[in-house]
Amino acid sequence: MTVFLSQSFTGISIGAVLLLIALGLSLTFGQMGVINMAHGEFIMAGAYTTYVLQQSIGGAGVSLLLSLPLAFLVAGAMGVLLEWLLIRHLYARPLDTLLVTWGVSLFLQQLARDIFGAPNVQVRAPEWLTGNVRLIGGEHPFTLAHNRIFILALALAALVSLALTLRVSPLGRRIRAVVQHRDLAEASGIATARVDRVTFFIGSGLAGLAGVALTLVGPIGPTMGTNLIIDAFLVVVVGGIGRLRGAVIAAFALGVLQAVVEYSATVSVAKVTVLVGIVAFLQWRPQGISTLRTRSLV
Amino acid sequence: MTATTRPDAATAAGPAATSPRRARWRAPLGFALGALLLFAVAPAVLSDFRLSLLAKYLCFAIVAIGISLAWGRGGMLTLGQGLFFGLGGYAMAMHLKLADAGPGQLPDFMLLYGDSDTLPWWWAPFASPAVALAGVVLLPAALAVLIGYFVFRRRVRGAYFAILSQALAFAFSLLLIGQQATTGGTNGLTNFQGFFGYSLLDPVNKRMIYFLIAGVLLGLMALTRQIFLSRYGELLVAVRDSEERVRFLGYDPTLVKLFAYVYSAVMAGMAGALFVPAVGIISPALIGVVPSIEFLIGAAIGGRASLPGAALGAIAVAWAQTTLSEEFPAGWTYFQALLFIVVVAFLPGGLASLGRLLPRRPRLRSRRAPGADPEPEPDPREAPARSGPATAAASSSTTTAKEAGA
Repeated sequence: MTVFLSQSFTGISIGAVLLLIALGLSLTFGQMGVINMAHGEFIMAGAYTTYVLQQSIGGAGVSLLLSLPLAFLVAGAMGVLLEWLLIRHLYARPLDTLLVTWGVSLFLQQLARDIFGAPNVQVRAPEWLTGNVRLIGGEHPFTLAHNRIFILALALAALVSLALTLRVSPLGRRIRAVVQHRDLAEASGIATARVDRVTFFIGSGLAGLAGVALTLVGPIGPTMGTNLIIDAFLVVVVGGIGRLRGAVIAAFALGVLQAVVEYSATVSVAKVTVLVGIVAFLQWRPQGISTLRTRSLV
Repeated sequence: MTATTRPDAATAAGPAATSPRRARWRAPLGFALGALLLFAVAPAVLSDFRLSLLAKYLCFAIVAIGISLAWGRGGMLTLGQGLFFGLGGYAMAMHLKLADAGPGQLPDFMLLYGDSDTLPWWWAPFASPAVALAGVVLLPAALAVLIGYFVFRRRVRGAYFAILSQALAFAFSLLLIGQQATTGGTNGLTNFQGFFGYSLLDPVNKRMIYFLIAGVLLGLMALTRQIFLSRYGELLVAVRDSEERVRFLGYDPTLVKLFAYVYSAVMAGMAGALFVPAVGIISPALIGVVPSIEFLIGAAIGGRASLPGAALGAIAVAWAQTTLSEEFPAGWTYFQALLFIVVVAFLPGGLASLGRLLPRRPRLRSRRAPGADPEPEPDPREAPARSGPATAAASSSTTTAKEAGA
């Protein structure tokens, strides 16, 4: 029982990281129809930001907290640059965007390899994030690791701020308008190109935050983004586009499913199970969990 | 900026757009030239080592042909061809391993990692050469039918389809790594001694394998060209450009797309099977996410919708990878990434479209002139093409239709 609980909690924290990554993807995919394969490298950029900051400042706690806004800015700036240089020329061709951004991701990985070296590096976790909270004692204890709680809190904070931004701020209103009907939004005087850029900034910044979170649970390497990006895309596919709710449900569902099956079988069997589950799910709901209803044919 | 959800159909260029009169001799001539180069020039000029490298590139070209049908003509971005390449490759490799070991014996790697001394049940059938050869074609086909039917039936397409197919390749490579005792794990299957009774250590036999691969490539190119020009080929382009219209015309796009997907899967499977004797290894690193995208790079750079473009692109990119990455490993990655970005972003028809973009402009204008277009019935492909950003590229697919009808 406690083993199951622990696995579920691990799954929830995996889901939290997936959520941070998928929120950005879901935003850009929902609004612009853009599949950004370089999103994984923005995660990497966030993680390396944390690493560089810790190397230059020293204090693990201070550098971690400072790296949160900094990683958001660094990854966000990279996102805006990518949007401005390449993606805005490709809005009518989503599949080509996917390929082009994959080329960008290849480029950024090699860049990271040249700057930081091919081997993985580690970030020291601050003391207040080591250790755990013991909920059930005894022979099979159920404990919550501090760093995983921190990741969960970070993801929830990001989710809440994003939801609030979308719901109440003028910027959020503009973003929602563009997602729902781009032409009408533009006709109403919204500078859609600027909204696109801001959305890209936020989405990429969230990937940077995910990178910071990942430094707490694993090593940092040039290819760390590639392994996560596929899972994050699956979250977007299952969650449906245009709404946050679907992404949230899908991220946690996939995280928990992965962790629980992984415990009872192996990693590879877990992956295959999750995939078969997704194909089956898409039979039932091809548009994902939640979707914007429109009257268009396609 | 306006239609963000529109498929990128209009941008994918059609085949070499020539007048029917020129096309009549162009294809057989190109075919003959290719055959001459592959069967006479290359074996005479290249050393045994270079020739076996060329054999490897030709395998990639076979995959690229399948991709050009499914992606270039069908608009399905098959990001997971490694899955089918791997199925074909492993089916062949398992047979070669069992044949090397001899009847009733276990393959060498199983003695090393294995915890049991009996052959797993799913290995046993591959001892028969007929089953193995059938498996090379039928395994990818069956899996592609299964995946494709369920995915296309529910109209999962575009980026959703691309991501799903990529995830499948990812999962397959993980599965192989996880089952080291029965699949060889990360090391894959290697050290093959013989190929249907011929020793693979003999350079003469290695040359024969090259000729086999070259023959298969040319044969498949001819077959695929016929598919491109057939009524089915037209229908596939129509589905790519406007799936809903085709549905309203009474066709079932699911079946149209399914055939192209299965065909490209079988191509990849056959390429994988030929890759094994030519290169001497099949491993998860050759079929995962990155190699799956690399299969696309060649087709994209050469010209996704052009048959010779895709094949030559695949060969050229693989060749450049070997020669350039030997000397500048880091520089090659940057170069490959930049080339890929520039070609896909700014030349979606690939290098194959370079030559004809410029001289075609004037003729386009004259076709648009009032009264100059004698076509009696409206072409369903014309309308979406006009709204697209690359009208020149898209309208060349209209020319295909006329070519085929002529």
